Amino acid sequence: MINKTVKDGIEAVSDIENGAVILIGGFGLCGIPEASINALLTTNLKDLTCISNNAGVDDFGVGLLIKQHMLRKLIASYVGENLEFEKQYTAGTLELELIPQGTLAERIRAGGAGIPAFYTPAGIGTHVADGKEVREFDERLFLLERWIKADFALIKAWKGDTAGNLIYKGTARNFNPLMATAGKITIAEVEELVPVGELDPNQIHTPGIYVQRIFQGNNYEKRIENKTVRK
Amino acid sequence: MLSKKQIAQRIASEIKDGQYIYLGIGIPTLIANYLPEQLQVVFLSENGLLGIGPYPEKEDMDPDIINASKETISMVKGSSLFDSAEGFAMIRGGHIDLSILGALEVSENGDISNWKISSGLIKGVGGALDLVASEAKLYVAMHHCHKDGSSKLLKHCEMPITGIKCVQKIFTDLGVFTILPEGGFKLCERAPGVTIEEIKAKTEGRLVIKGEIKEMEFFAQD
Repeated sequence: MINKTVKDGIEAVSDIENGAVILIGGFGLCGIPEASINALLTTNLKDLTCISNNAGVDDFGVGLLIKQHMLRKLIASYVGENLEFEKQYTAGTLELELIPQGTLAERIRAGGAGIPAFYTPAGIGTHVADGKEVREFDERLFLLERWIKADFALIKAWKGDTAGNLIYKGTARNFNPLMATAGKITIAEVEELVPVGELDPNQIHTPGIYVQRIFQGNNYEKRIENKTVRK
Repeated sequence: MLSKKQIAQRIASEIKDGQYIYLGIGIPTLIANYLPEQLQVVFLSENGLLGIGPYPEKEDMDPDIINASKETISMVKGSSLFDSAEGFAMIRGGHIDLSILGALEVSENGDISNWKISSGLIKGVGGALDLVASEAKLYVAMHHCHKDGSSKLLKHCEMPITGIKCVQKIFTDLGVFTILPEGGFKLCERAPGVTIEEIKAKTEGRLVIKGEIKEMEFFAQD
């Protein structure tokens, strides 16, 4: 099996260049590639386009990249209560493209699967349809949406092996397996990296073919956005 | 006039055994608290879980198990996990039986507007556009009027639209309404103590009243 191991996040992101288009996995703060984000923060990269479901919060996740003025454009479905984002967006220094969440997921899936465009009902009759082709199938209207591909995908899994096979845990899976398929270079970080042969092939969520680099992160904070408990 | 909890309680009585259900944030989230125990239903979280359980005990909080509001949750027995594309395939593909969402406005032909706007900025709509484009039944739970007293049941939506001709039924603090195929809010029930005159005065869109309108049958106060 091909060994895709790199030492750490710093090595994994070392060839990302200014202006790169980067997919970043996670939903809210759940399942985000903490180590790769931290590695990006040690660089002087700028003008990045980041595609991620959310913008993180001011001091965690994608929010950290925004705070350090590393992004030129953010493509997301919901940007939440992120003051730094709001400041840069209002000042005109950060572009924003909002995409319905299901369309975002499917566009990334299509990018990874070699499907350049597809029709979806989401957005018909709304401003999301502006300038897009609309077509009728079986008496319903659908919107043509294009694939998304990126230079890099930074994703997070629970366990992985040195060949890049990945297993996710809980709802931390979210966008990660989709993004893994749509990055020219996919960088996977895992909580536990094991030798080839230790993972059950029946349980693999992302086959190693999609992953170019893998490393084990450490000290995961896994911050919870909204702690809710039984009353 | 109903409280938020009573609106949730009223909608809970519409839910049938064996349904797969999507609950939006706000009043819809409360509905799960009012379902009879013997009812077997499964709740979807579009970020990758079928089988949302109650909030966990403090010591069982797991940052890797959250709902679409980014809250820690638990999983019921028989849950399944998947990615976001699959979560939305369940919605768009019509596999979900019933979606219940909050709204800012609903028009008399069933258009819905439920973008989240704060400090004047549209911050995205998450999965709502995909949800309303589903073939599933769509119910709305909301207050009948905005805080300034203006109606949320309108001739045309004034805010950016999330989806067109998709709402079937609306549950407000004043009553229950269905959207007629030819357009219009058909009043089905009124909340205890609410008069038809009040509903007329607070509904901007076309209101259709046929025959006697019964008062909602109501249970214990909460």
